Amino acid sequence: MHSEPETRNSKLRQLRWRCRRGMLELDILLEGFLQHGYEALDGGQRADFERLLALPDQELLEYLLGTRTSTEGSLAHVIACIRNTSVF
Amino acid sequence: MTLPPARKFDTLVIGAGGGGLRAALQLAQADASVAVVSKVFPIRSHTVAAQGGINAALANVLPDNWHWHMYDTIKGSDYLGDQDAIEYMCRAASNIVIELEHAGVPFSRLPDGRIYQRRFGGQSQNFGGEQAARACAAADRTGHAILHTLYQQNIRARTHFFDEYFAVDLIRDEQGYILGVLALEIETGEPLLIEAKTTLIATGGAGQLFRTNTNARINTGDGMAMALRAGIPLQDMEFFQFHPTGIAGKGMLISEGVRGEGGFLVNKDGERFMERYAPHAKDLASRDVVSRAIYTEVAEGRGCGAQGDHVFLKLDHLGEETVAARLPAIRELARTFLHIDPAHTPIPVYPTAHYTMGGIPTDRHGRVVVPAGQGEEAIPGLYAVGECACVSVHGANRLGGNSLLDIVVFGRAAGNDIIEYLRENRFHRPLNVASVEQALGRLARWERQGEGETVDGLRRELQQIMEQHCGVFRSQAVLEQGLDKVVQVQQRLANAVLRDHSRVFNTARIEALELENLVELALATVTSALGRTESRGAHSRVDHPQRDDERWLRHTLFFREGRTLDYKPVRMKPMTVESFAPKERTY
Ligand SMILES: Cc1cc2nc3c(=O)[nH]c(=O)nc-3n(C[C@H](O)[C@H](O)[C@H](O)COP(=O)(O)OP(=O)(O)OC[C@H]3O[C@@H](n4cnc5c(N)ncnc54)[C@H](O)[C@@H]3O)c2cc1C
Repeated sequence: MHSEPETRNSKLRQLRWRCRRGMLELDILLEGFLQHGYEALDGGQRADFERLLALPDQELLEYLLGTRTSTEGSLAHVIACIRNTSVF
Repeated sequence: MTLPPARKFDTLVIGAGGGGLRAALQLAQADASVAVVSKVFPIRSHTVAAQGGINAALANVLPDNWHWHMYDTIKGSDYLGDQDAIEYMCRAASNIVIELEHAGVPFSRLPDGRIYQRRFGGQSQNFGGEQAARACAAADRTGHAILHTLYQQNIRARTHFFDEYFAVDLIRDEQGYILGVLALEIETGEPLLIEAKTTLIATGGAGQLFRTNTNARINTGDGMAMALRAGIPLQDMEFFQFHPTGIAGKGMLISEGVRGEGGFLVNKDGERFMERYAPHAKDLASRDVVSRAIYTEVAEGRGCGAQGDHVFLKLDHLGEETVAARLPAIRELARTFLHIDPAHTPIPVYPTAHYTMGGIPTDRHGRVVVPAGQGEEAIPGLYAVGECACVSVHGANRLGGNSLLDIVVFGRAAGNDIIEYLRENRFHRPLNVASVEQALGRLARWERQGEGETVDGLRRELQQIMEQHCGVFRSQAVLEQGLDKVVQVQQRLANAVLRDHSRVFNTARIEALELENLVELALATVTSALGRTESRGAHSRVDHPQRDDERWLRHTLFFREGRTLDYKPVRMKPMTVESFAPKERTY
């Protein structure tokens, strides 16, 4: 059995790898958010973040650049969080 | 040492970008058992980032033919491209694009239903005449569409995917045969041996060598470094393409499309300076030409901004409506990363590292070749395609739209050659335990505990050194200092330690292995750049400003052992047509 902090850390490391994408723009936005914004999300929002990470890169890029909007309220919320955490 | 668990396949493909997947598809459809290893999910390979298009002389928009495309590619390469491989690629282009269309790539269309084609820099009609329109695009998601289509076809053809496995090193035997790869399952941190009768390396480019670059973070040139460690030289590593219009200081690509739509570059005086450097093609001149022009403007004090360290890409004159309609993604990119609206405010840009022209030397069947006697010979069972390979169709400078073409054309060619090879080599060769142990040693080294420098800090330093010492303009003194500094980073890396030794998703360990690879490639790049005392394509030596065809119409080969260089002639003889003799390159 893993201890609880170890389980949490391995989850974070997994997310960190899943933030590695095929495009620099996504790497920057997602990694920045994981470092500076993810902690503030509640359980449901974290699940939404993981759902976002499962999307194809191109679609995710369009959401994060705002050229496309998600019709799903909860996803749209996490997208807005990421856009607002933009580290630049 | 106990050996890790092993899996056996007919054929192994390392890398699931467009190059790897096109080859895998050919093989799976021929009923070979195919394993594809990728460090990220296949559809997150860097090929998704290619938005612009793929070149083929379909002549749907303007007159065109493959022979003109061949001429442009050779001229673009500054005559360093191999003319047989270039003829092969340009001839195959139309057919391979149609094949992609039939496989389901949703290319943008003309009103009459034929594939729409874009104008890109470096494309001409009639051997250097009027602008041609040769890039086929699926809206601004060409790479994405190609990658997804190839992935789905591979799933249907039952290709076996090892997703999120990191290839550590090639396994080879005493006779020089490649037996497969040692990989690391990223999720569990456990090693896995994948044995195969043939191995294809398709691991993409190494943009992460430089501080500002357009590449995804995964582009660390792992396959090229694996080849070096297996005793294989790398070819033409001094040629790294800098894209002229990266977002200044950040690197993200502002595509040529912006200039294609009428955007242009200005210096601090508002001057359209490209008119001075390329009177004919102006802002749409070849990438190396525009990059050098921007660098020169800044170096001579005509840069924009408080630090004078960039120039402006202007598109406000196009009007808000045009910008919104034709360049929506670029507009949002600028809004997101710069907080400006390019419909009103110009975009600060500066050259950014973009494409690795050099790589693992191959012939046009994708076979990895090394010097032997007076000529060269293929390493049995080893192949390479895509940005990690040097076939060489891009020579000293790649044209936009030619890389997506390169990966699918030579991916297919390599697949076909592997099928032949498998017919004659029906059995797995015995495993060479010593080689496996050596590869495991690379992993064991990172188990060391204690105090030491961090991988993150060293990577940043390396990228900075490469940018300062091996950038758009180079000279002997600056390169020599750079080489010393890279060697120091290499020595310090040997003493670096990981803070986190856990197994599950230990991304720090992966990043350490990636940095080792980047250091190998930095040494190859700087050493090769020092060796070439001329200026050609993307390689500009201020101390040797001229192209020197007498001495330098040849390819560089860098060997890891002793960091030595060797050279081989450019293949000037095409397959069927007349050779294009070197001419001065003007745009
Ligand atoms: C922003 C941008 C825009 C571009 N636009 C265009 C364009 O419009 N037209 C054009 O022709 N070209 C374009 N290019 C260039 C082109 O996209 C690439 O050269 C091409 O996609 C490379 O394909 P590939 O198959 O060689 O490698 P990639 O697509 O980079 O794939 C590499 C694969 O190798 C895997 N891999 C790497 N290392 C390891 C390892 N150690 N273990 C396991 N797996 C590993 C990765 O997971 C990935 O699956 C563009 C490039 C950039 C950066």
